[in-house]
Amino acid sequence: MSDPTFEPKIVGFCCNWCSYRAADLAGTARIKYAPNVRIIRLMCSGRVDPGFVLSALANGADGVLIAGCHPGECHYLSQNYKAMRRYHVLKHTLAALGLEPDRLRLVWASAAEGQQLAEAIDRLVEDIRKLGPLRWPANWEAEPCCQEAVESIAREHQEAMEVLP
Amino acid sequence: MARKIGIYVCHCGSNIAGTIDVEEVARWAGATIDGVAVARDYKFMCSSLGQQMIEEDIRKKGLTGVVVAACSPHLHEKTFRRACEHAELNPYLCQMVNLREHCSWVCADKAAGTAKAKALVYAAAERVKQQVPLEPMEVQVNPATLVVGGGIAGLQATLELADAGYHVYLVEREPSIGGHMAQFDKTFPTLDCSACILTPKMSEAGQHANVTLLTYSELEEVSGSVGNFKVKVRKKARYVDETICTGCGICIEKCPRRVVDNGFEAGLGQRKAIYTPFPQAVPRIPVIDTAACIWFDRGKCRACEKLCPTNAIAFDQEDEIVELQVGNIVLATGWKLFDCHKLPQYGYGRLPNVYTNMEFERLCNAAGPTNGKIVLRDGKTEPKSVAVIHCVGSRDVRHNESCSAVCCMAALKFGHLVLEKTKAEVYSFYIDMRTYHKGYEEFFQRLLKEGMHFVRGKVAEVTDAARTPGEEGKLIVQVEDTLVGQQQRIAVDMVVLMGALEPQADAKELGLKCGISCSMQGWYTERHPKLDPVATMTDGVFVAGACQGPKDIPASVVQGAAAAARISGMIAKGHVMIEPIVASIQEDKCSGCKICNTMCPYNAIEFDEPAGVSRVISSMCKGCGTCVAACPAGAISGAHFNNAQIMAEIRGILWDAVPSGNGQAPGVPAAALNP
Repeated sequence: MSDPTFEPKIVGFCCNWCSYRAADLAGTARIKYAPNVRIIRLMCSGRVDPGFVLSALANGADGVLIAGCHPGECHYLSQNYKAMRRYHVLKHTLAALGLEPDRLRLVWASAAEGQQLAEAIDRLVEDIRKLGPLRWPANWEAEPCCQEAVESIAREHQEAMEVLP
Repeated sequence: MARKIGIYVCHCGSNIAGTIDVEEVARWAGATIDGVAVARDYKFMCSSLGQQMIEEDIRKKGLTGVVVAACSPHLHEKTFRRACEHAELNPYLCQMVNLREHCSWVCADKAAGTAKAKALVYAAAERVKQQVPLEPMEVQVNPATLVVGGGIAGLQATLELADAGYHVYLVEREPSIGGHMAQFDKTFPTLDCSACILTPKMSEAGQHANVTLLTYSELEEVSGSVGNFKVKVRKKARYVDETICTGCGICIEKCPRRVVDNGFEAGLGQRKAIYTPFPQAVPRIPVIDTAACIWFDRGKCRACEKLCPTNAIAFDQEDEIVELQVGNIVLATGWKLFDCHKLPQYGYGRLPNVYTNMEFERLCNAAGPTNGKIVLRDGKTEPKSVAVIHCVGSRDVRHNESCSAVCCMAALKFGHLVLEKTKAEVYSFYIDMRTYHKGYEEFFQRLLKEGMHFVRGKVAEVTDAARTPGEEGKLIVQVEDTLVGQQQRIAVDMVVLMGALEPQADAKELGLKCGISCSMQGWYTERHPKLDPVATMTDGVFVAGACQGPKDIPASVVQGAAAAARISGMIAKGHVMIEPIVASIQEDKCSGCKICNTMCPYNAIEFDEPAGVSRVISSMCKGCGTCVAACPAGAISGAHFNNAQIMAEIRGILWDAVPSGNGQAPGVPAAALNP
């Protein structure tokens, strides 16, 4: 199934203050990493609209990376927590749509972590290479991950409603 | 309007051209991308010739947008925006592509690098077609400044601003300004008496017409933005009326309650329940420690009140919240000492004659608990040998990875003081000897001549378990002398631990109040570690001194002065320009759900009850865009990072990708998503 010559195309959303600067630092340090992630600069990871992720996948991206400041260190104080919340809901939504949730990844990288960001990108590219190109299936409702996602919604609702003794 | 985009691909010498076929990228851009009027490549776009090229094209060809594919925008965004402005094109119609840090420098393969470069250029071209002219906003700068922290860095900043004619509010947590420098005996390498060089600055700050001293006070709350901050300061109750108190000190003399002074005297000396931290305190107004005071404890005494000649004692005093308006804030909150109990193998807290560096400073200080005599804990025995252990809690992956910058010099200073005041032998146990500034190496050479002994090795343990009769009653330092390659047991009477400098316990909390963050180790994050060490990512908030990272007194003074100079410049200009990257709400689309109100950490969104819509206060909006992404109605747009621009960038960046669906099922059309 996985073709080792397949070169994934991945869109990366990086926040201006930490992760974009981390990518800059990786460049200044001449660290070589996979060229498959194409970075779009936003002011904050909190700006990432779920629509951006869906649009990227719809336009042919095989994966999406969201990178921001470490929790507690957001330049805008707490906006990366909002990005994190959206990310979790988005993964669930992607699974419900029949997409492998692993195609979306959230990574924290401070401005000093050029090496770490490069390594995270290398790992993401390899993981997406194994998943193969994104081919949104015609019978997406029948995909196992879709079934699982739909069932888990019901289950999580049930658990949330339970009143513990 | 017809789009006429100019694309400029920079070689950056061989930095970009070495791994990316820049001529090909320029040629391809001109041939492939819609709306491109001109596409050029050039050796150095940031040079004056490169900029002129852009300006000429704008004028001659009537360009409506410019894409410069070169280095990171963090380097030259301003440069190219200025070039556009010169040619009368709005600077926000310019977009940079990061072909160097994000492409040529990180990619080994020319083909892959060139393909990535093309995608990034296409993205920028599509984005710039959606960009609209924007005007920076002008904000007036309040000439008053808040300085938090009355140590040497804060004092320097305060005095420079005050001397320049601007008002400063100096907030200090302790009852007196002065900071750690007031606790030291002598300062290296000059061996100046620390208090003698510090107190003139303290007294100037205390008397300066342009300085309002708020001691025994803490910063509670900050709101607003550069040029226009509103701050709340909590003046803690001293239980002494500062308008009446003359600082005569009778209350302190007559107070019957004595406690161990864990603050200024580092636990070595005592003070009364009503006290000033040290004799040269500024202001000289005492404070009642409610935890120690007999009145607060069990309702008796009040001797101070009875004996005060001016009736200045006020047991009913309460904390007061002072509201101030300032244009800028300087955080100069300094450091705290590493808790040496955390290295139990050195015996601190268990073996009596093991001291921390701060305790030893108090020991040496003539105004300290032993009147400057270097004696053991029994208060009378002079040590015959002293061991000074470097890097206690520093350069240690279990505690603080960083070097504390000052301890090697302080250790040498202690060695000198021991040799000067006693007949003892003194040993330094070091990993490296870091004597890096002016006069420091010479000071080290001086100590070598004075007869201080140096052993290169990280001490394994300090113990009182004697193995030979000669070790009885002594502290034994067990260490490997790495230059000789042998284990040593060196018996001494006194051990001084050079404890690490650590961030204050509440540094992070205070930083967040002001909108700045800390590094992983807890020091405040500067805007650029090499080129901008006093500014932070938040305009109007500066850091100075050890709170930004361990440093010596000269460096702290320099940073305090640097912060003052930056602020003086802003005040002299009278205004600052704010980037117009702000959010705005389209009222006809707003349903009044208020989800955005809770999203904003700066409280920049207010809800208009009668109108039933939310509004963004532009001057407070920092432009993060979180509300833009959160609005369920798509009613909020973020200037210069709006949905149209980002979606265009996404489409461009995937110009060479196959849209999903692949003929099997329709992909989600971009038009169906939020515009």
